[in-house]
Amino acid sequence: MPTPATSINPPSGSPNATLLGIGAYRPSRLIPNAEIVEAIDSSDEWIQQRSGIKTRRWATAEETVQSMSVAAAREAIADAGIEVEQVDAVVVATVSHMLQTPAIATAIAHELGTNRPAAFDISAACAGFCHGVALASDMVRGGSAKHVLVIGVEKLSDLTDVGDRGTAFIFSDGAGAVIVGPSDEAGIGPVVWGSDGEQYDLIRQREDWRDVLEQEDPRMPHLVMQGNPVFRWAAFEMAKVAQTTLDRSGITADDLDVFVPHQANMRIIDAMARSMKLPERVRIGRDVADQGNSSAASIPLALHRMIQEGDAKSGDTALLIAFGAGLAYAAQVVKVP
Amino acid sequence: MATTEEIRADLAEIVEEVAGVDADQVQLDKSFVDDLDVDSLSMVEVVVAAEEKFDVKIPDDEVKNLKTVGDAVAFIERAQG
Repeated sequence: MPTPATSINPPSGSPNATLLGIGAYRPSRLIPNAEIVEAIDSSDEWIQQRSGIKTRRWATAEETVQSMSVAAAREAIADAGIEVEQVDAVVVATVSHMLQTPAIATAIAHELGTNRPAAFDISAACAGFCHGVALASDMVRGGSAKHVLVIGVEKLSDLTDVGDRGTAFIFSDGAGAVIVGPSDEAGIGPVVWGSDGEQYDLIRQREDWRDVLEQEDPRMPHLVMQGNPVFRWAAFEMAKVAQTTLDRSGITADDLDVFVPHQANMRIIDAMARSMKLPERVRIGRDVADQGNSSAASIPLALHRMIQEGDAKSGDTALLIAFGAGLAYAAQVVKVP
Repeated sequence: MATTEEIRADLAEIVEEVAGVDADQVQLDKSFVDDLDVDSLSMVEVVVAAEEKFDVKIPDDEVKNLKTVGDAVAFIERAQG
């Protein structure tokens, strides 16, 4: 008689997941356009017209990727009403952690006083936070974790060429965090995500670190970007992704209360809203004007601000859409925590 | 097949909608950047709308060659013809 095949337990989690809490950390240095225009032979007027940015937040040496993450995480954990020991996974979306290894997530998890949870970094540039939320939702629903801390954090001022007219005025620093956990009803909709590797070079770190070390006078391989093709992709292709995301969640623009796109550039935000024909009453995140483009941190920072200012209320239906270097994108409908 | 004036008029409508420039100003000899104050990001929006309106393809690296309204109209005519 043949021996019966061994069966193993399948993973099993919660039927639904939602955002339980949110936190943010904005660095202390507020840099107006006037302070940076001389190095790039530009003007406050040009920067505002081109991007809508008036000021950006840059971190001090003491405000590190780790310290900003921990601050945002503490607020998210408190906002979620859970104990720090209940966090069983830490997912950090960033391109600003300057070590190949180890991931910064384990140091953050340790400093927070969590109970040795799963902890790893993900690298998806400006789309990182929405990738993290999608993974966290699947983890909770699949049973891999119960309370996932998702952090979007950047210290892009380390990687910005202050003399580059194309990028010096754009990038900024900060951290946003959410707790994803189980819920009775769906609070996170299906993710719509993808990539376009043909456009790999559109936004990138200029050189591989090894090439930097070969240089006679090594300089930081700054972020470089081709603005116009990126604008085209973000404003138009991503508007289509946004619509698909609403469709997959079974809602229309009429059901939407809040729109929080990646805070890349006000011109992109405006063009996307036009392209999507968003109703006037939908509140749109425009944090980029004061915060600058903080890549993986931009969406949680923008959402946090909208909640603080009363533009987004707990239970509101919000569309998050993130897009950037890769090229890569991810979007989902969520209930505001 | 559309006449040059018809294409110009439709394009002028698009420029008005995207950049708020009065359609009457959008004449063949006008430079987008210098005369009409339509910057390169607005040009991207104009081009995407024009692709849809005229059923043509205007690749990214072609856009920088479209300096005047006349350049754009001529490109659309060639692409349609």
